[in-house]
Amino acid sequence: MKFNRATRRKLFSHGMTVLTGATVVLVLIPLFWIIYESAILGASVFSLGFFTQNIPAPCSPHPGVTCSTNGVGSAIQGTVYLLLLAALWAVPVGLGAAIFAVEYGGERAIARVISMAADVLSGVPSIVAGMFIYALLIVYYPLLVFSVISGSLALGVIMLPIVMRTSEEALRTIPHSVREAALALGISRWKTSVRIILVAAMPGVLTGVLLSIARAAGEAAPLLLLDNGSLHPCMSVDTVCQSLSLTIYLGATSPSQNWVSIAWGAALILVILVLGLSIVSQLVLNRTARKWGQVG
Amino acid sequence: MAIPSVGVKMDVQHLSAFYGEHRAIEDISIPMADREVTAIIGPSGCGKSTLIRCLNRLHETAPKTRVEGSVFLDGDDLYRLDPTVVRRRVGMVFQKPNPFATMSIYNNVSAPLRFNSRPSREVMDQTVLRALKQAALWEEVRDRLDSAATSLSGGQQQRLCIARALAADPEVLLMDEPCSALDPIATSKIEDLISQLKSNYTVIIVTHNMQQAARVSDNTAFLYLGKLIEFGPTEELFERPKEKLTESYITGRFG
Repeated sequence: MKFNRATRRKLFSHGMTVLTGATVVLVLIPLFWIIYESAILGASVFSLGFFTQNIPAPCSPHPGVTCSTNGVGSAIQGTVYLLLLAALWAVPVGLGAAIFAVEYGGERAIARVISMAADVLSGVPSIVAGMFIYALLIVYYPLLVFSVISGSLALGVIMLPIVMRTSEEALRTIPHSVREAALALGISRWKTSVRIILVAAMPGVLTGVLLSIARAAGEAAPLLLLDNGSLHPCMSVDTVCQSLSLTIYLGATSPSQNWVSIAWGAALILVILVLGLSIVSQLVLNRTARKWGQVG
Repeated sequence: MAIPSVGVKMDVQHLSAFYGEHRAIEDISIPMADREVTAIIGPSGCGKSTLIRCLNRLHETAPKTRVEGSVFLDGDDLYRLDPTVVRRRVGMVFQKPNPFATMSIYNNVSAPLRFNSRPSREVMDQTVLRALKQAALWEEVRDRLDSAATSLSGGQQQRLCIARALAADPEVLLMDEPCSALDPIATSKIEDLISQLKSNYTVIIVTHNMQQAARVSDNTAFLYLGKLIEFGPTEELFERPKEKLTESYITGRFG
């Protein structure tokens, strides 16, 4: 069979459409597989005790012995502490840099330098961030090297560029006319930036904070160096606490069946957390985009 | 320092404004009369918006801009005052309505008070009432002051912006083509409003609509390529223009 040029072109075009469609499926397969797998294996250990009780002794079931799969209470607690402490410093610093870059940096080179620095920082491997905090603390404050505080410093380094860049984007989406409206009323530049522009951009900023938390929640690498896990209840932030991501590492590499199950449970919690944060942040963003569309 | 003439609220003297190296307006001098409407007309790109943005020092908020010359407000040189003080004395309404989308109607109008002087709730209520009445919007929004500003129509949003500017209690009101985004009915409402406002305020309006300038203004300035071609009482300028250029513009031969 012989094709003329036009038919060949059409066939090629159809073929490429099918091929790119196939890659979409390939992208989606891992996502749904991960969700499916962790849902099936993780949900089987879910119970009230799983969220409250501490990690049990490693054990594999054999006749006459049942093993406890409760729980990850201390890991949840540790992860919450880590994320709260990390957000406590990374959010204000990232937000401050974003405000400066957008509201004061303007067209000046310094604004571009800040944004570029944030982009580079977001490309720094998390284990390097961990090593940096490790090296810093071991010189200046060795007692805190292995603690929730040190872990939260490293997680904050990971959150920082995400908070900064998404806040910057959010601030830039507020129309210039709003800034002029405020300035023309005799409202000072600082109040315009913080109480009008930032407030208007708040949903976008919040999205960035949520996404950065989602990203930091799953980080295990820097924690291996710093807040490297404990089987004891989490007592205070200047000591080591268990975290969800390290529970997965611990369980997945363990020969004991109950720890493997616990790892899947912890994985499911993390997946739900990240998925939930992503969905919520999208909803928040969509709602505000509509609002500014109604001006004029 | 030149002494402003009697009855002049805002005296523009030898004003030039730049964007980088580009001179957008050149050596403009216009005495703007107290409690009258001064219209600034001219073809697109002639510098009318740049001129009006120099009168509340908004021009300088854009990057790489510069102003030469002086603008006197009751004898005070604007360029020697704090810009936020200038902008409280000289209010502005923009081409496109720009209410704060995240705020209610009430909060939009009270914004200049809440962010600047922070008076008592009572004073604020009274000011909002006064400003909305002055902007002829009160009857339409009295029952929904807490609704979003974006729930209003375009014409209502523009009157909301006028109310917001008036709430700051300015002496001069600048209007940069305030009707160009509005339909004819909303336009005629704003024009009626301008005629009423001039009993209390000095109004300076930029417009590319010559009929509008003829309808609402007492004095008119005609700008062309950044230069002031002619300035005088509106009737005279439209019926007996002194300059050839003015005549060809108002008779529609270019523009």
